Amino acid sequence: MEEPVVSMKSITYAYERKNVLNDINFEIPRGVFMGVLGPNGGGKTTLIKLILGLLKPDNGNIRLFGQPIENFKDWGKIGFVSQKANSFNKGFPATVYEVVSMGLTAKIGYLKLFTSKHKKKVLQTIDQVGMSDYAYENVGSLSGGQQQRVFIARSLVSDPELLILDEPTVGVDQENVRKFYDLLHQLNDEHNITLLLVTHDTRTMTEHATDIVCVNKTLHFHGNPSEYKTLSNQDLSQFYGHPVNIVAHDH
Amino acid sequence: MLADFLEYDFLRHTFFTGLLIGIIAPLLGTFIVVRRLSLIADALSHVTLAGIAFGLFIDKKFALGITPLYSGMGFSVLGSIFIEKLRGVYKAYQELAIPIILSGGVGLSVIFIALADGFNTDLFNYLFGSVSAVSKTDFYSILGISVVIILVIRLFYRELVTLSFDEEHAVASGIHAKRIHLLFIILTALVIAASIRVVGVLLVSALMTLPVATSMRIARGFKQMIVFSIVFGELAVIIGLISGYYFSIPPGGTIVVVSIIMLLLAIGIKRYSFRRVTHETE
Repeated sequence: MEEPVVSMKSITYAYERKNVLNDINFEIPRGVFMGVLGPNGGGKTTLIKLILGLLKPDNGNIRLFGQPIENFKDWGKIGFVSQKANSFNKGFPATVYEVVSMGLTAKIGYLKLFTSKHKKKVLQTIDQVGMSDYAYENVGSLSGGQQQRVFIARSLVSDPELLILDEPTVGVDQENVRKFYDLLHQLNDEHNITLLLVTHDTRTMTEHATDIVCVNKTLHFHGNPSEYKTLSNQDLSQFYGHPVNIVAHDH
Repeated sequence: MLADFLEYDFLRHTFFTGLLIGIIAPLLGTFIVVRRLSLIADALSHVTLAGIAFGLFIDKKFALGITPLYSGMGFSVLGSIFIEKLRGVYKAYQELAIPIILSGGVGLSVIFIALADGFNTDLFNYLFGSVSAVSKTDFYSILGISVVIILVIRLFYRELVTLSFDEEHAVASGIHAKRIHLLFIILTALVIAASIRVVGVLLVSALMTLPVATSMRIARGFKQMIVFSIVFGELAVIIGLISGYYFSIPPGGTIVVVSIIMLLLAIGIKRYSFRRVTHETE
């Protein structure tokens, strides 16, 4: 059987003695579009940071592409798109071309040259996300939706096999959110990139994802969207830690 | 006006040193500004002063012939490593490293100056720069340092830019942030030590940040910002050195004033052209 892209076994992580994640076990099979749902403060972002090696678990082990995370070197296989609002340095005058090139920095490695092959790849990736007209504009002057496309291109340029997105559509308008999911489906279907998307937007996830996991301190649910829809209000309120009216969520 | 600078040895060395620091100070300054570390240059320049005072003191007491340039550089590099460590210790209060290092630098300077029997004109030159202070050996040392700095920046350019733009993403993609930070701050320390003879301790951070602030107003993209910063840095150094010489003013002062005038012009021109564009589209 093919190795899962990510596997987590009995993962526990505490921050300042407060348990954030407790006994998490799950696998991400190759080729899925997995949505991670959960309330704010439920540990969704922590889960991602553990997979990216930005945090180390207190207990348990993580394997990436079949290798223990401690020995994993091939970080170019994993692309990461963070919540754009928090992460990048807004005053930084970089063009779209420069930002997307940054996605290749780690892959090219120290003391090696950026060649015309790399340049072609960067331009091709900018084209793939539909930003060719803006290649030499400053990123700071673009709209939220356009910036998000640029950040996806930055992650795609290293040809990742797994793309991790943390609340990628926060602050992006409805029309662009739709285009954004079209792009994700194209990456998933045509390029066979495994997707892991963190969101609190339940409705969009049941519409687009192939797999859903629910995280609130521990793993509450793992299944496909139709199974998720059969969950009772009682299951959901247990998961969110407070009473939930499923009708309200369908709006 | 340039003739004197090319005719007399002592002026020529200052002039060529000025041209070198007109490149390396804004080059490093671009990264310092975008990473919001402008005050670190100030902290390190005061540590460099402590090193220079130490060199002058040792020289006076024991006549060992230590060049103050080298003792300044040694202190500056040690201070830079210490800043990086402090920033790791006080993760939530990273700016705390700056007053600690800055006051430490001033404190040590005062002690060594007093031990070396007080102020003299040489020290005044270190504080505000001088048009005649650069010796031939200083010039060659600074030339060597400049070449090394430019080469290292060239080699690690992509890593530096990627880390400065979005540290979290850079680390997630597998870049070793700690090593690159340390390398960067050591380079900064070297640039400051190299610049002090011409612009002075109190004004060296201005040459690293003002040309960048000017260039930021008009540049499109990071590479362009570096190029413009160096152009503005060179203009400030050349005009500042020549006018400093003819009016007998320490060049640190004239270089900073020229930089500020360019900054004001850039802000004014941008406003004017922006207003004109909006009028045309109406």
